[in-house]
Amino acid sequence: MEFDLHRPYQLNPAVALRPEPFGALAYHFGNRRLSFLKTPRLVTVVRLLESQASAAAALNAAGVSARERARYAAALAALAHSEVIDAR
Amino acid sequence: MTEDTVILEDEDLEDLVESDELLVEEVSIDGMCGVY
Amino acid sequence: MLAEAAGPGTLTERFKRGLAAPICLTWELTYACNLQCVHCLSSSGRRDPRELSTAECMRVVDELERMQVFYANVGGGEPTLRPDFWDLLDYSVAHHVGVKFSTNGVRLDRRAAQRLARADYVDVQISIDGATADVNDAIRGAGSFAMARRAMEALAEAGFGEFTISIVVTRHNVSQLDEFKRIADSCGARLRVTRLRPSGRGADSWAELHPTAAQQRRLYRWLSERPDVLTGDSFFHLSALGAPLPGLNLCGAGRVVCLIDPVGDVYACPFVLHEQFRAGNVREPGGFTRLWRESELLLRLREPAAAGACASCGQYDACQGGCMAAKFFTGLPLDGPDPECVLGHGERALAAVCLPDRPPPGPGHSRGPVFLGQIAARAAT
Repeated sequence: MEFDLHRPYQLNPAVALRPEPFGALAYHFGNRRLSFLKTPRLVTVVRLLESQASAAAALNAAGVSARERARYAAALAALAHSEVIDAR
Repeated sequence: MTEDTVILEDEDLEDLVESDELLVEEVSIDGMCGVY
Repeated sequence: MLAEAAGPGTLTERFKRGLAAPICLTWELTYACNLQCVHCLSSSGRRDPRELSTAECMRVVDELERMQVFYANVGGGEPTLRPDFWDLLDYSVAHHVGVKFSTNGVRLDRRAAQRLARADYVDVQISIDGATADVNDAIRGAGSFAMARRAMEALAEAGFGEFTISIVVTRHNVSQLDEFKRIADSCGARLRVTRLRPSGRGADSWAELHPTAAQQRRLYRWLSERPDVLTGDSFFHLSALGAPLPGLNLCGAGRVVCLIDPVGDVYACPFVLHEQFRAGNVREPGGFTRLWRESELLLRLREPAAAGACASCGQYDACQGGCMAAKFFTGLPLDGPDPECVLGHGERALAAVCLPDRPPPGPGHSRGPVFLGQIAARAAT
């Protein structure tokens, strides 16, 4: 499924998200892939997904600026592609 | 402290990521130095 | 206006500064081993009477769980020789720490394979060092190749799925790389190819076993054409030959990786079991967690390293000066070239080393003297 900013998402239950000084590491226990989230704000977005009505709403709730929106959307799309987050 | 300096907060760390750098990167867990 | 700041920088820079927990934690469960491989980096053989108890091992797993270590790379010696091996496996998985364990196959019979096939979050790696019994057994002992093959068959019969076959590249098996790949493909296994370090018993045989410069170049080309072959980032010193191989391409000692040994000692590098790189012991107050976060050794390793003698070399960015373990046990300075530096700087540096100045690997747990076996003559490589 294509990533869609207007859909609701969540952190994949098979993924362990570990905070780091730079952001976080996300390890998918199923496919053994390790992803590197490079900003603390991106980690905030990912943690907010579950409680927000859409990915776009999570971006807003995390305080992503208009200028940064495209970058964060691209990051979420990459995370969806790696199955770190999935549509709920 | 001059008027040009600011205290960096967590949120400001993202400004240190290069503007065209992807915010997510996949790292091969097998591509790390270990015995096994 | 933002002040100039030492930002996190690239991915590599971020890793170098240290992580909340290791990513690749190596855990040697026991020094006991049924084999006496010539190059054993942990000089295994005899069980150490001070081995961590079952309860102590479980406390370590509890710590790894709290630190969110994603998985542990378990080995030894031969880890399946511990009577509590299966209990520890189950306990780890139940506590959210995945396990990849490495074995010579001695206890991987049908029943064990079936048990593993039912387990989740457990990966298996089987070690061989030759694609044929003659090459393999010269290093690992008579019958070891057949034993490993039986274990591979047991896993296949039990429907385990994909496991890993791991080899250490030596002068005598570089010519067998294609055969290794064929064996792995025929088993539906991944192939892992790793570097011989002059560590443990390897210190004695490294000079005659390590690949030649020409063989290294051949290995690099072979790996470059096969990104699906794993290397455990073993060959980042070869990155000076061209495009970097997949992997972090840097020494992770104390930053990304570390080792817990059978008696609970924590070392920065799994290939340097030496007092100089021992951070402490998990039995101390604060356990493993405190050592990872606060030990003086690990903190020092996370500071930026000087290029030293390699500073003027154009390839330093690619090779990062190579492998600390390879330098340490060959008596080379750590801020200089790798002994197998592809530009030959290491060879020149080695010529200047006085053998008595090389750090001895320590008494180890070998059961007796070990000698490289006879390898049948093979076609020139």
